[in-house]
Amino acid sequence: MTKLRILAVGVGGQGILLFSRVLGETCLNEGLPVAMSEVHGMAQRGGVVETNIVLGWKSPLISEGEADVLVGLEPVETLRALPRCRRDTVIISSTDPVVPQIVKDGLATYPELEPALAKLRETFDRVYLFPGEKLAKEAGTSRALNMVVLGALAGSGLLPLSKEAFLNSLRKLVKPKYIEANEKAFEAGFNVIK
Amino acid sequence: MHPIVEAAKGEKLLLLGNEAIVRGALEGGLRVAAAYPGTPSSEIGNLLFQIERDLPGLYFEFSTNEKVAMEVAAAAAASGLRSLTCMKHVGLNVAADALMTLAYIGVRGGMVIITADDPSCHSSQNEQDNRLYARFSGLPMLEPTTPDEARRMTAYAFELSEKLELPVILRTTTRVSHARAVVDTDELPDYSQPVKGRFEKDPRRWVPVPAVARVRHQVLLEKIREATVLADGSSWNRILGEGDFGIITSGVAVNYVLDALEELGLEGKVKVLVLGFTHPHPTGLLANFLKGIETCLVVEELEPFLEEAARLVAQERGLSTNILGKATGHLPRLYEFTPGLVKGALIRALGLEEQKPERPDLSWVPELPPRPPTLCPGCPHRETYLVVKEVLEELGEAENTIYPTDIGCYTLGLLPPIQMADYLICMGSSVGSSCGFSVATDQRIVSFIGDSTFFHAGLSPLASAVYNKHRFTLVIMDNETTAMTGHQPVPSQELRWPGLEDRPRIDLEAVVKALGVPQVVTINPYRKEEAKAAVKPILASNELGVIISKAPCILFRGRAKK
Ligand SMILES: Cc1ncc(C[n+]2csc(CCOP(=O)(O)OP(=O)(O)O)c2C)c(N)n1
Ligand code: SF4
Repeated sequence: MTKLRILAVGVGGQGILLFSRVLGETCLNEGLPVAMSEVHGMAQRGGVVETNIVLGWKSPLISEGEADVLVGLEPVETLRALPRCRRDTVIISSTDPVVPQIVKDGLATYPELEPALAKLRETFDRVYLFPGEKLAKEAGTSRALNMVVLGALAGSGLLPLSKEAFLNSLRKLVKPKYIEANEKAFEAGFNVIK
Repeated sequence: MHPIVEAAKGEKLLLLGNEAIVRGALEGGLRVAAAYPGTPSSEIGNLLFQIERDLPGLYFEFSTNEKVAMEVAAAAAASGLRSLTCMKHVGLNVAADALMTLAYIGVRGGMVIITADDPSCHSSQNEQDNRLYARFSGLPMLEPTTPDEARRMTAYAFELSEKLELPVILRTTTRVSHARAVVDTDELPDYSQPVKGRFEKDPRRWVPVPAVARVRHQVLLEKIREATVLADGSSWNRILGEGDFGIITSGVAVNYVLDALEELGLEGKVKVLVLGFTHPHPTGLLANFLKGIETCLVVEELEPFLEEAARLVAQERGLSTNILGKATGHLPRLYEFTPGLVKGALIRALGLEEQKPERPDLSWVPELPPRPPTLCPGCPHRETYLVVKEVLEELGEAENTIYPTDIGCYTLGLLPPIQMADYLICMGSSVGSSCGFSVATDQRIVSFIGDSTFFHAGLSPLASAVYNKHRFTLVIMDNETTAMTGHQPVPSQELRWPGLEDRPRIDLEAVVKALGVPQVVTINPYRKEEAKAAVKPILASNELGVIISKAPCILFRGRAKK
């Protein structure tokens, strides 16, 4: 039986809930025992959001050092979640920053990404980094970043789920007029990793 | 039709715990439901609100506060209908007055009271453990561990409630309400026709004057004894595995315990008592369980609710089982648990060797900026704060002013650069505390309250302020919705969700004037100069005044229509 703990992190408004819905529905349709824990409420207003997704485990929550896969929709959030990882955790992350309001107001600084991401590659065995927002924009809308990242997770081959299975639930859950752009975004993510 | 209603028996759905509760309530024949929103319970009300339009046999309302909602559900149950109310943990404080005596008079139709607790205060002002309300009120309580169990328990809760003629508390936590998992489905009853109940008069039951209340308290104690027998034999309470070492656990922690045992290779070798029917405590079951083991770790979040019950049982029956938990420092009384924390506690209690996984060196990670939640770009609340701030600065009063605040999106005015939130207790406290500050200090007082919060708990303190001649300025942030919890309706709104177009509108300015507030003005905060001129006399005066700042929440404006 597949046993996997996937931690997905990002910023409120990036569509992490849809990311996990599509992933979850795909697992359901393919008969994988899936459970997850979502963040609803205040944090969705531009705060840090995460979804814990577990396959084959009962606890819908991932502790320090327990993530098998870390999926980041935003690079600083990926860095923030590293204590939940081990050396062999697979890291899949977009590198396009979302600068917090507090930084825009001059009350905090956003770190320099280049050196941090270089260190990230050095520290972990399998790291996949890509400009998710740029890829989404090329696919038709920067709002489809979540599907780029989902495509990348699908392309990693970590889950026993076919690309078609993901696309089927994507088509079911995304509003009809956005399906095309979202599919393209998914493809872009899939190809960036495969 | 919503998929949750459409799903036929046997279909599997991927549902949030809160959505599973709604499905379970429908399967259990729910007829009347009422709620006031609050995270982590909000999706229950939101979903009932959505599906009610498609189901003639279901009534749902957003009431103005939790006490009203509980009274609506109680009267429906007294009329023989199955009813439900749901709220966040602190909502039960508001409804507690009703709860405590409702336990005396009881119900006829099944009634379920859902309280969604929030260990770690993910979106709350405290992390109170509402299981203590079950002990306090004497009511039976069920605690699910997963979304599917939440569904089945909700349906069962109606039966239990009717058997005992008492409301039943269903207690979840954030990690159950906001877990999403595979859920089964059962048959739904026919919802195609409206169903009415009938209230049978019986003053010696329904009117708890002292003579009646004294009798009903006795009835309640008898029912608690009856419920204890049911809890002892309940299939929600079950024993897994065998051994000298035992674990008693409930709620989401059950999952953490079972995963930890699997990871430690101890599945089946430790005796686990999983409790789902937790109040009245299944004392017979607890006694038998404790008798068979040497040591027992109690794994529950927040208060030592089951732990104390176990100790009491051990003391009463002269059992020498070594009980470990919060009192022994194995587990904290603070915050929600994590699987890792529970595993660590188990390792220590069992005296096992801890195997630390190799952690990579992360000392290179740079300092990361925090990401506090913020007001949306273009939010009207920000404009309102700026109008008031600039006028107070012009008056030279900005520093001398206390800003009592309230709960809603606008509480984010706490953060820089606005920083106009100085004091907060609970919903409605902006008004009551302003009364107190106005007699206790010589400082200027400008307080902020949202429209939904004003109807929830602001009306009666404002009447008190008028009558007692307190001096402060109250700013009502009329964004036409209950924004923070998902844009639920408010009685004063002009913008409406589809289906609510025919509701009457309560005019805020008229209400405030009718209460006798001497100065009232309504502003549009986006028209800054006009607004500043309009509020200046009120902010400069030493009398009570109300500023209604009216501009819709921009997210809500995009979704609703006029
Ligand atoms: C007793 C209680 N019930 C519910 C809540 C959850 N809650 C917090 S703020 C709020 C209402 C917010 O609406 P409003 O006052 O209109 O402010 P807005 O978010 O629209 O700015 C609710 C329901 C709570 N904190 N306490
Ligand atoms: S949801 Fe509405 S009220 Fe809340 S911050 Fe956003 S715009 Fe403002």
